[in-house]
Amino acid sequence: MQMPDVDPAVLASKRDLVVRLRAVLPEGAVIDDPMETRAYECDALTAYKCAPLVAILPGTTAEVSAALKICHEMGVPVVPRGAGTSLAGGALPTADSVILGVARMNDVLETDYANRLIRVQTGRTNLSVTGAVEQDGFFYAPDPSSQLACAIAGNIAMNSGGAHCLKYGVTTNNLMGVTMVMMDGEIIEIGGGYLDAGGLDLLGVICGSEGQLGVVTEATLRILPKPEGARPVLIGYDSNEVAGACVSDIIKAGVLPVAIEFMDRPCIRATEAFAKAGYPDCEALLIIEVEGSEAEIDAQLARIIEIAKRHNPVELRESKSAEESARIWLGRKSAFGAMGQINDYMCLDGTIPVSELPYVLRRIGELSDQYGLGVGNVFHAGDGNMHPLILFDANKDGDLEKCEAMGADILKLCVEVGGCLTGEHGVGVEKRDLMGHQYSDADLEAQMRIKDVFDPKWLLNSAKVFPLSASDARRGR
Amino acid sequence: MMRPDSDAQLAEAIRDASGGLAVQGGGTRGMQVAGEVLSTRGLCGISLYDPGALTMVAGAGTPLTEIEAALEAEGQMLAFEPYDLSVVTGASGASTIGGVFASNASGPRRVQVGAARDFLLGVRFVDGAGRIVKNGGRVMKNVTGYDLVKLMAGAYGTLGVLSEVSLKTLPQPEATATLEIKGLDATRAVAAMSAAMGTPYDVSAAAHLDAQGGRTFVRVEGFEDSVAYRAKALRAALHDYGAVVACDGDIWAGLRDLSVMEDAQTLWRVALRPSDAPKFLTQIRQLPDGANASAHMDWSGGRIWIGAPMASAAGLHSALQTLAAQMRGHVTLIHSAAPMDLPRFQPESVGVARLSAALRRKFDPRGILNAGLMG
Ligand SMILES: Cc1cc2nc3c(=O)[nH]c(=O)nc-3n(C[C@H](O)[C@H](O)[C@H](O)COP(=O)(O)OP(=O)(O)OC[C@H]3O[C@@H](n4cnc5c(N)ncnc54)[C@H](O)[C@@H]3O)c2cc1C
Ligand SMILES: Cc1cc2nc3c(=O)[nH]c(=O)nc-3n(C[C@H](O)[C@H](O)[C@H](O)COP(=O)(O)OP(=O)(O)OC[C@H]3O[C@@H](n4cnc5c(N)ncnc54)[C@H](O)[C@@H]3O)c2cc1C
Repeated sequence: MQMPDVDPAVLASKRDLVVRLRAVLPEGAVIDDPMETRAYECDALTAYKCAPLVAILPGTTAEVSAALKICHEMGVPVVPRGAGTSLAGGALPTADSVILGVARMNDVLETDYANRLIRVQTGRTNLSVTGAVEQDGFFYAPDPSSQLACAIAGNIAMNSGGAHCLKYGVTTNNLMGVTMVMMDGEIIEIGGGYLDAGGLDLLGVICGSEGQLGVVTEATLRILPKPEGARPVLIGYDSNEVAGACVSDIIKAGVLPVAIEFMDRPCIRATEAFAKAGYPDCEALLIIEVEGSEAEIDAQLARIIEIAKRHNPVELRESKSAEESARIWLGRKSAFGAMGQINDYMCLDGTIPVSELPYVLRRIGELSDQYGLGVGNVFHAGDGNMHPLILFDANKDGDLEKCEAMGADILKLCVEVGGCLTGEHGVGVEKRDLMGHQYSDADLEAQMRIKDVFDPKWLLNSAKVFPLSASDARRGR
Repeated sequence: MMRPDSDAQLAEAIRDASGGLAVQGGGTRGMQVAGEVLSTRGLCGISLYDPGALTMVAGAGTPLTEIEAALEAEGQMLAFEPYDLSVVTGASGASTIGGVFASNASGPRRVQVGAARDFLLGVRFVDGAGRIVKNGGRVMKNVTGYDLVKLMAGAYGTLGVLSEVSLKTLPQPEATATLEIKGLDATRAVAAMSAAMGTPYDVSAAAHLDAQGGRTFVRVEGFEDSVAYRAKALRAALHDYGAVVACDGDIWAGLRDLSVMEDAQTLWRVALRPSDAPKFLTQIRQLPDGANASAHMDWSGGRIWIGAPMASAAGLHSALQTLAAQMRGHVTLIHSAAPMDLPRFQPESVGVARLSAALRRKFDPRGILNAGLMG
């Protein structure tokens, strides 16, 4: 992975930088010992590692502002970090950068049930936002599988999704406002307790900007009343085409399940060996979940099952109890872990129009044969967000490169059929150099103009998202 | 008037423009923007509609009626319920899909499913320098690069002229039930709506009409049985607020298009935390210019429409924006029967105003697109 040249002047200024940062941050919030900064050398894309120059862990917005002002003055690059679960290398440091971690900022600032919102510091984990309101019957809807660990900060930066976003939307649809610190230390408030912008929708462009526009320290999030109940049905088919057609028919029929998850045979087999959820050994498996009262759930499942039966399923299991529901979800939830047991894997995240599902799965199978690497598919079928998991052996010379080449081919395929490179994990460093396949120079230029406005010196996380060849001139290196 | 029929022509028209341009879709707004009219009506037609994937792609100048007819044929809809305010404004044109997204125009169902901006999946536009740009796509989940789609929604054409939009559709509900409570004042009405929104019964709209003695409405939609069940459960949940009755007939079209306020000569849109809405209304009514104002709350109180006669408009305008600023919300002047030389949009904080102005300069360096409209 190519990264910008390290700035020797910044390296040389380390001592001065640390002294100045210590002067504005509390005891223990500035980490400069090379043994300790290694804790921040990568995120969940562990193939790439680089320890930062310094890591800082401020506790308030004011401290973030003071620290950024210093970095700005000294021309030091900054990489914001939440929990470090990015799968795209979004939080990967450069050797001349300061990692700014918001993990210590995890307070709930306000809960307002009458207006259905919560205000939190962004270091708070996704699951603990729901944790703060569930005793009162509310929840925060976006639920990435990493929700136990990942922070709202990273969710906003990546515009993260989750299994239930078919009904509730992704982060951007549930974000009402932010407090953000600009690279020069200025603190700005955008949005708040009301719906929709009164001027340009800056919030909309900040969400998903991968830590390149500012450091988000506080967020106002929409919370929702918890549904009365939820139950899944598991449906097995002997072909991907048929499973795909079933998904499309369900959507057309006007049933809006909260989740439609899809697993293919390689993934089913790996999961079965690992989690023993009792899944059928078939070509394609759907898990469809609906919500509501008992009677509403029964009625919706009846509709879904009627549609599913028209496509001759090889297996159909309707959950009748919480225990059965847990079993149905067990395999899906352990899918990544199961694949990880067999091999190292790389998780892709392209989205395709759902009608292209059968074709894309077939092409992925062909690519798998061609590269000689196994692939399992597990994904959010309702919205076409694929997660092909390519299996490789990190200890085998050349396997990672082969895996990356195959990954790139799959993502190009997603774009070719009318989809995109990433549906929820973000571009980071991982897909940076593929951006030209989806966007023209003019398209990328338009996006980079936004960064020019928010961070004119291109100091914030600036080796990400855009191909280096496109952004080099702006970084002035 | 210029009326390009392709991206290339649109780009040329903007590149070669020697002065300000007034971007116009259906022109249902009667916007007071100086400059030569640039009509988007030539950029029309539905190029893709895939009901099974809930997606449609259309030229920005496509009439809203054409979009809605195509959706109707498949039992689908624009779930965010775009307005047609022509009853109030007296405008005669036909709304375009580009105009709807450029003004992020969302109706009552916004509280349940999101705003117009949440249904816009991708755009193609030409910026103020004549550069053709695309962003987003036609898939539901997409985080590839910055989200300029959201930025273009609600930019009222000041960053670029949309030439094509791709959008998410949803199935129409099979059944609808509306419950009504009569005689609540604004405070009790907001409390009742908030209680309804806080139930698990998936309320799809909550509105309160000040006139007619105060009428508060709550809507549920979906499959027949489910609607019956939830309407019944809601009645029980709202029991403390007064007699809850079924409201037959379609009240929502009138609430959405504001035919319930058709006499208003000036019209403002207020965005607040719902629980601040009653206080906002009380304070406005205490003003000399506010005594005759009419009001209608949507979005459970989070959106207030205020109407007033022309004579009190100028005085009221600054009072509304001042009060909204105190309550950390915003007010936009949507319509006035006679031109008013006032900032239509809520003045922004220094930092946000600076960023917005800088973005406009980047996308429209000559300042020719709907100049002065947003600030
Ligand atoms: C097992 C596993 C399952 C996952 N499942 C899902 C899933 O279902 N859906 C999904 O969408 N993602 C998923 N992810 C990806 C990841 O969890 C998300 O991208 C998550 O939002 C990252 O949050 P984080 O706090 O860990 O961010 P980090 O990894 O720390 O950072 C991510 C990005 O956010 C930026 N950032 C961090 N903090 C700030 C801040 N304060 N201000 C501005 N920018 C900031 C960083 O610079 C970086 O670019 C999964 C990851 C793993 C490991
Ligand atoms: C300040 C203001 C706020 C409004 N708020 C609402 C609201 O909240 N709800 C509501 O229902 N209606 C609102 N409207 C009215 C809204 O404009 C109409 O509902 C409808 O969207 C107009 O469609 P049209 O095609 O007639 O657009 P027009 O009236 O022609 O244009 C509406 C706005 O969008 C711009 N525009 C039109 N087409 C394009 C395009 N292709 N690319 C870029 N910009 C374009 C125009 O320049 C203009 O600023 C508002 C209008 C104004 C002026």
